Amino acid sequence: MKILVVDDEQDVQVLFQQRFRKEIKSGEMQFDFAFSGEDAIKYLNEHEQEAVLILSDINMPGMSGLELLGHIKQKYLKPPPIVMMITAYGDAENYNMAKQLGADDFLTKPVDFNLLKEKLKPISQ
Amino acid sequence: MTAERENLLNETYQKILRIGFALEPTQDLKEYFSEKLYIIGTTKDEMIDTLQDLQQLIDRQKEQSAGMEVSFTTKEVDRQYYSQDTMAIVTHEIIARIIISDGQETSFDMRSSGMLRFEDGKWKLFYWHASKPENVQSDEDTFGINEWKQKNEELERLVAERTADLSKKNEELKATLDQLQATQTQLIHSEKMASLGELTAGIAHEIQNPLNFVNNFSEINKELLAEMNEAIAGKDYEEVEALAKDITENEEKITHHGKRADAIVKGMLQHSRSSNAIKEPTDINQLADEYLRLAYHGLRAKDKSFNATMKTEFDETIGKVNVIPQDIGRVILNLLTNAFYAVNERKNPGGFLSTSGSLNQSNAPGLEGKPGGLPEYEPTVTIKTLRTAGKEIQISVSDNGGGIPRSTLDKIFQPFFTTKPTGQGTGLGLSMSNDIVTKGHGGTLSVKTNEGAGTTFTITLPE
Repeated sequence: MKILVVDDEQDVQVLFQQRFRKEIKSGEMQFDFAFSGEDAIKYLNEHEQEAVLILSDINMPGMSGLELLGHIKQKYLKPPPIVMMITAYGDAENYNMAKQLGADDFLTKPVDFNLLKEKLKPISQ
Repeated sequence: MTAERENLLNETYQKILRIGFALEPTQDLKEYFSEKLYIIGTTKDEMIDTLQDLQQLIDRQKEQSAGMEVSFTTKEVDRQYYSQDTMAIVTHEIIARIIISDGQETSFDMRSSGMLRFEDGKWKLFYWHASKPENVQSDEDTFGINEWKQKNEELERLVAERTADLSKKNEELKATLDQLQATQTQLIHSEKMASLGELTAGIAHEIQNPLNFVNNFSEINKELLAEMNEAIAGKDYEEVEALAKDITENEEKITHHGKRADAIVKGMLQHSRSSNAIKEPTDINQLADEYLRLAYHGLRAKDKSFNATMKTEFDETIGKVNVIPQDIGRVILNLLTNAFYAVNERKNPGGFLSTSGSLNQSNAPGLEGKPGGLPEYEPTVTIKTLRTAGKEIQISVSDNGGGIPRSTLDKIFQPFFTTKPTGQGTGLGLSMSNDIVTKGHGGTLSVKTNEGAGTTFTITLPE
């Protein structure tokens, strides 16, 4: 299962690679990274249908995670991938907005990786 | 008697009287007085018969009348010529007026008779007699000197009174000034605190991220160490080595993000600290980037619907610039906050910082039914740094907001001027920014605006 992580913090890449090192090692999961909403769209255009799951931060400079979400859910012609939103502001407004835009799930920072793994397990199987 | 000689006599005698009243600058007395002369008062011991004594009298007069306004009027009562018009006796009634600086006035009159001789084309006084002024209460004081002395003492008393009065007023003024300075300090503090408030949310966000990394990486390291123990037990040293490498890398990440949080807190403290700071070589690009993030996240936390594209155009050759970092940081923060405010106002008129960004939209004609404002408008804030050919440093903050109306433009640097709703702006941001740039750094803060298209503020600093 290929997962695209979208976050403006570059170290998120190392963090995910380490947190999921077993899953990566076993080939159960593959991770790709984009550091902005714009990068994510570019990636999705270039790697159609590769990523089945997108984990996106909401607060990013430029295109926000919510805009990216809207873009994916509304403009992606093929069956859109699963999108989970991550944000530092775990408030109802962002939650509702994300739900409205078609987010499949919602995580708050700091990310609880055990919880995330539990959520990913059924999808990867 | 020629008219010429007569005129000369008049001029000379008036000059002599002015000298006598100490109204003329130091003169060569020989020009107007004969070296053999007698000047006699009506009373005893008032005789002058040398030019030196005359000079002394004039000097004393000058001293006595310092701070007073002395003037006199003359009325000629008699004139006679003798010896083929080479000698003249002129008699005058003289009224002298003395005004002390507070407007108090005294006057005395006397009758003077002077004898002048015409020698080598000049009239020179050789005899002068003055009768005692009627209102001087002294038997020995024809020239009223004691009267002057008395007036002078009075004057001194008045001056002392005035001085006391002035000292009191001065103290009052000083107290007022102190109070004003205290108020100013407090205002500056308020402005700092207000902008600190704007920063807090941004700072919370900016600190949360590194802290998350610190927590995450140290948790991972704990796991990795457990795995390493297993590997040691299984004698799989290749795995041990790989794990050790990961742990070291993670440790570096922990340190990096710990330092990042540290720098943010330090920056926050610096921001609120009173400005006794000194200039230091500062990475302007890094400073601009830091405050860009803080401003953005600060506003974002206040208004969750807020979003804008941030662009940076950094001149990588800019190097380190000698500035007071927290002060220039404050200016940058202020300009950015204004820029973000401007783009948000354009996108969402009146909606900034309201609990719901769409609250006021129904008031804006043409935007009804278009949540989020005009769809094609993309709020953009750009921060740019540049080292010019003339070695000046420029930091500019541009927005594509509504621009500043001409009517407002000349007021924006005035203290307390704000276009924000009451309670949302101190109106000190730009005026303090201007002070920091001009007075603190010898630079300029300029503005270019285009109504309906946007605004650019440029900080120009000398190298």
